[in-house]
Amino acid sequence: MNVVALFKLVPDLVEELEIDQSGTALNTDFLRLIINELDDHAIEQAILLKERSGARMTVIGSDAEGADDVLYTAVAKGADQLIKLMGDPNAVINNHAMARATAIVLKELQPDLILTGVQAHNDLDGSIGPLVAEYLGMPYVGYVSGVNVQNGRIVVRKEYPGGLIAEMEVDLPAVVGIQSAEQPPRYVTVNKVRQAMKTAAIEERPLPALDVSGGAAIRRMFKPESATRAKMIEGSTEEVTARLLDIFKEIGAL
Amino acid sequence: MPFRETFWNIPHWAEIGQYILGLLTILVFAYGVFRRVKRWRMGQPEKRFDQIGKRLWSVLVDAFGQARTAQDAYAGIMHLTIFWGMVALFIGTALATVDWDVTHLFFGFQFLINGAYILYELILDIFGVLLLVGLGMAVYRRYFIRPPRLQPATAWQNALAQNVDRDDAYALVMLTLITLSGYFVEGLRIAVSKPEWSPWSPVGNALASWFIVTGDPTNRTLHLTLWTIHILVAFILIASIPFTKLFHILAAPLNIFFRSMQPAGTLIPARNDDQVGVKEWRDFTWKQLLDFEACVRCGRCQDACPAFASGASLSPRNFIISLKTHLWDTSSGHRLHGDVISSKELWACTSCRACVQVCPIFVDHLASIVDMRRYLVNEGEIDALLQKTLANLGRYGNSFGQSERLRVKWTQPIQAVIKDARKEAVEYLWFVGDYASYHVMFSDITRKTAQVFQKADLDFGILYDAERNTGNDVRRVGEEGLYESLVEKNAAVMSKCKYNTIVTTDPHTYNTLKNEYPANGNNHPVLHYTELLDQLIAAGKLQINKKLNYKVTYHDPCYLGRYNGIYDAPRRIIRALGCELTEMPRHGDRAFCCGAGGGKIWMEEQPEVKERPAESRVREAAGIPGVSTLVTTCPKDLVMFCDAVKTAGLEGKILVKDLIELVDEAM
Amino acid sequence: MMNQDIYVVIEHLRGKTADISYLMLAGARALAQATGGEVIAVLLGHNAQSLANNMAADKVLYVEHPALAEFTSDAYQRTLAGLIAGKEPRAVLFASSSIGTDAASVLSARLKLPLISSCQSFSADGRPICQICGGKIMAESDLPDTTTLLTMTPGGYKPEEGQSGKAPDVIKVEAPSLDNLRVTLKQYIEPEAGDVDISKEPIIVSVGRGIQNQDNIEIAEELARALGGVVAASRPVVDQGWMSTSRLVGKSGKKVKPKIYLALGISGAPEHVEGMGESEVIIAINTDTNAPIFNVAKYGTTVDLFDLVPALTEKLREVKKV
Ligand SMILES: Cc1cc2nc3c(=O)[nH]c(=O)nc-3n(C[C@H](O)[C@H](O)[C@H](O)COP(=O)(O)OP(=O)(O)OC[C@H]3O[C@@H](n4cnc5c(N)ncnc54)[C@H](O)[C@@H]3O)c2cc1C
Ligand code: SF4
Ligand code: SF4
Repeated sequence: MNVVALFKLVPDLVEELEIDQSGTALNTDFLRLIINELDDHAIEQAILLKERSGARMTVIGSDAEGADDVLYTAVAKGADQLIKLMGDPNAVINNHAMARATAIVLKELQPDLILTGVQAHNDLDGSIGPLVAEYLGMPYVGYVSGVNVQNGRIVVRKEYPGGLIAEMEVDLPAVVGIQSAEQPPRYVTVNKVRQAMKTAAIEERPLPALDVSGGAAIRRMFKPESATRAKMIEGSTEEVTARLLDIFKEIGAL
Repeated sequence: MPFRETFWNIPHWAEIGQYILGLLTILVFAYGVFRRVKRWRMGQPEKRFDQIGKRLWSVLVDAFGQARTAQDAYAGIMHLTIFWGMVALFIGTALATVDWDVTHLFFGFQFLINGAYILYELILDIFGVLLLVGLGMAVYRRYFIRPPRLQPATAWQNALAQNVDRDDAYALVMLTLITLSGYFVEGLRIAVSKPEWSPWSPVGNALASWFIVTGDPTNRTLHLTLWTIHILVAFILIASIPFTKLFHILAAPLNIFFRSMQPAGTLIPARNDDQVGVKEWRDFTWKQLLDFEACVRCGRCQDACPAFASGASLSPRNFIISLKTHLWDTSSGHRLHGDVISSKELWACTSCRACVQVCPIFVDHLASIVDMRRYLVNEGEIDALLQKTLANLGRYGNSFGQSERLRVKWTQPIQAVIKDARKEAVEYLWFVGDYASYHVMFSDITRKTAQVFQKADLDFGILYDAERNTGNDVRRVGEEGLYESLVEKNAAVMSKCKYNTIVTTDPHTYNTLKNEYPANGNNHPVLHYTELLDQLIAAGKLQINKKLNYKVTYHDPCYLGRYNGIYDAPRRIIRALGCELTEMPRHGDRAFCCGAGGGKIWMEEQPEVKERPAESRVREAAGIPGVSTLVTTCPKDLVMFCDAVKTAGLEGKILVKDLIELVDEAM
Repeated sequence: MMNQDIYVVIEHLRGKTADISYLMLAGARALAQATGGEVIAVLLGHNAQSLANNMAADKVLYVEHPALAEFTSDAYQRTLAGLIAGKEPRAVLFASSSIGTDAASVLSARLKLPLISSCQSFSADGRPICQICGGKIMAESDLPDTTTLLTMTPGGYKPEEGQSGKAPDVIKVEAPSLDNLRVTLKQYIEPEAGDVDISKEPIIVSVGRGIQNQDNIEIAEELARALGGVVAASRPVVDQGWMSTSRLVGKSGKKVKPKIYLALGISGAPEHVEGMGESEVIIAINTDTNAPIFNVAKYGTTVDLFDLVPALTEKLREVKKV
């Protein structure tokens, strides 16, 4: 079985985010990228599948600062093949474009199962997984926290709020959006990653032409008002109670 | 003329028989030793033949002088009397043999005559008594007082380990038998031959009086019988040395001879072969195997261990005993990791070094714990919190997982600018450390440190966002590769800076910079801030304007005290501030760890823990009448103790302060 | 020809409409006002028509089919693809949830329609405002000129604005053929009984030392029940044995990311914040104005918890009864 894990790099929220002069995008000067946390879970889930059922495992991501690290770390964990998609670093890109391009590369690989994080915090035009699924004509299930191969199909555990889980059976080939792997992504030591750097090869493939249609046209970006200090609710107990009730409603808790 | 016929009443065949038995004993003994040595040599290589002079001296002081054994009064007296009693009696027996079967037989002269002989008899009698006293103390302690540290662990994972108790008893029984039978042989000899100098053997003489009634032929028969028993017990005892606890007679001095001569703060690097860390016992070095074999199960390490005291599953004593047992366990198929030593035990250790400090025979528990941790880390068997922290350290260079740029956030409210050591030459390069830089509780204290330095007109600078965690605890967690990468990053920045001396806030940072970075090219002196302030006060460069008059007690951070022997500088500063210092019962090299070290502060708490080390420590401090403040000199201590004061319900009873806060207040 | 109507794909699970559906109806009304169209709920189900009764929609399109009884991505996608392509509404709102996101992106690719995700609200002229980067950045986009798909997150509208006492007209729509589905539901697995896993709970009422003693924990439990959440605690509370370790939030406990984290008498030590700082909305109740918890909370109040909590519980009960 061929299992592919897709990952993307997203802005590291540990760093302060700045909006650039155009006012429609993040300032990339200070941007530091990190693997989308859920993609890391997708890689882990793929490794677990490989360990369980001897799948061959490929990891694919596009070129950006930190992509090599992710790839080598994946090899140190047990991935078999690493592919880095090389494109114009300044190209405007969105999930639709990325998904179309990735689908072209994926077609050649003929995967039986594609795993990727169910979402990323900077998704503005849907998520990669379902888009790729549709471009490849495969079924998609997201919010998954466990995958098992059974008689040429997979059985996934799809999560709903409140801990309810739906077990779904999906025909292969398929794309699955991972919410969390069956176990948290494992730790690999620095030495293992260094070793992988010496021995593993990253296959560089050109990123097919980008078509951004289907995405959103951002008009402006801004920071929500003060995220550093709580809005203080003043007044008597009754007043505070009433305001809190309103807040609960706004959040959708009632 | 006082003399002794050594083989009085011994038929010739018995005398010959004794020599044949002796030869056999030597053969068995030699085989036993060979078997042990062969096992040690199955371990990994390690160089321990340098500094022979120092090593011999240590054997003299610590093996023969038993310096560490004597630090515990009861056990010290007990062991010294047994040890010297046995040594004296052994030498005495050897002398008598030489006197009779060498000098007398071949050269026709004896040296044990007249005054010398009388003295000889007297001394042997006295040492025999001492030996019995020691044995009595041992029996009383082991079987009547029954201190916890001598009790078998409740969870011996291994049937073989149950022999431990029998082995302990065996040594005591045999030693008692040999001494008593010796006395009786002497008593019977005196009862029959009635020499006029018999009062010089007071014990023998006293025993002889019991046998007046039995009369001659009976006494001769009795004498021969007891002599035979005495000889048999003696030979069995000697032959059994390499097979029983008594082997420590050899292994302990050997272990002391081969002990690490490195500074305490230099951890032995991970061995770089295919196997990362210790997976099976053969992955230990021969010296580590010797550690396990030499252990006398005295339990001192267990008594000193904060992890054990907290209720965690680790006892350094049981750890060593389990390993030793495993070494010889060829049949059970137990795996080292899991069956013999659990990962819980390994992760319970705070790397405080208290065990290593008290072990009378210099067992290095910590080296073996870290080596086993290295294996676990390589296998990814670490808890989620530690995993997150290691990932943070790898990515951001700090354990808090915060941006490098926030490392100097604490400087924001300070008016005067702190020099950037990367841009200009400074005399002191100040390594602030993670906790002092990032922990909100400490930022104010770090600002005070800067102020104190500034008021003392110190020419100092920091590395700003280029400083990285120095990796002291990363290394002790067992992530050697991450440690190395942190060292590389720090070393790269430091090599571009111009400075004379490094000064640190954090004792952990201090330890690795001082003891482990030299191997990576740092050759500048490293000072803890207490050492620096102590120097400044002595030189009159730090003006103290206010006497504080507080009644305080001081906690020695492990990495400052035990690891680096800095006990006096902080105490001198405390006194210079006008504070009255009362010591806690556990202080100096016996200070009780706060529980943060060795990466523990980055790990999930083990559910077995009943009383956290920090709580035990603040209770100890609060228990001293009149003491209002617990002073410490380590940021992690401060965090741990402040928390413990809350959880132990001691708020209002005791304050926790870093020494720098007091210095700042007094300036 | 595209019309100006706003469609809302109603989300329901095991016979219950999810709150987010009403919230979307409220959002759709705001958008419809800008576009000048109607709000139309799209309900897919099997014997589920009654769910439409309290929806604040101008119309409900109801697709009835046994294969739509419970959500599966394939069946929803096929049904909605035909419906959207046929009706060409101005916009279709999906919930940003386990159900909505499974459908929205696939439909965007299948129908070649633009998709805007994580939309929290609409500007007065109908531009979607999205919250991204863990709530640190807001992005306002143009509404494309073709039928646009949107996924909605909570935060902009209240569910009761999407409810109505008057049952809307229900129009039945023929379901497409739903044979040979590639995804099928095998079974639901209930959350394990026994102690709750606080890391999976969307609403947490967490108590700190401000609660003073074990007996007082009861008032927090009542509040949690009224809110439909669970209780958790800071370490001192767990240390005292007032709550089990499984409820501990923080460095030595669990890391939680609920929608609402209500901190009662918790100071906000870094070791605690480590475990809850990423919660969507933190509300802190602490008498100390300078408590660091207010630096991570979104809302705060310094009213005494012993006054506020019982009052709040009572109010919540009243509201729920209505
Ligand atoms: C290594 C380590 C790990 C730790 N791990 C954790 C962890 O996992 N989780 C954790 O929580 N802590 C952890 N701690 C402990 C942490 O540092 C704090 O001590 C702890 O979180 C404080 O708990 P608290 O906020 O409940 O108590 P406090 O800090 O005492 O705060 C009580 C608060 O209640 C307020 N208050 C009092 N009365 C009222 C009232 N009537 N109405 C409203 N407010 C009131 C007070 O103003 C105060 O701010 C850890 C500490 C260490 C050193
Ligand atoms: S180093 Fe400290 S915690 Fe570790 S085993 Fe020794 S005494 Fe115990
Ligand atoms: S390791 Fe040392 S201190 Fe511990 S029991 Fe053995 S001999 Fe005693």
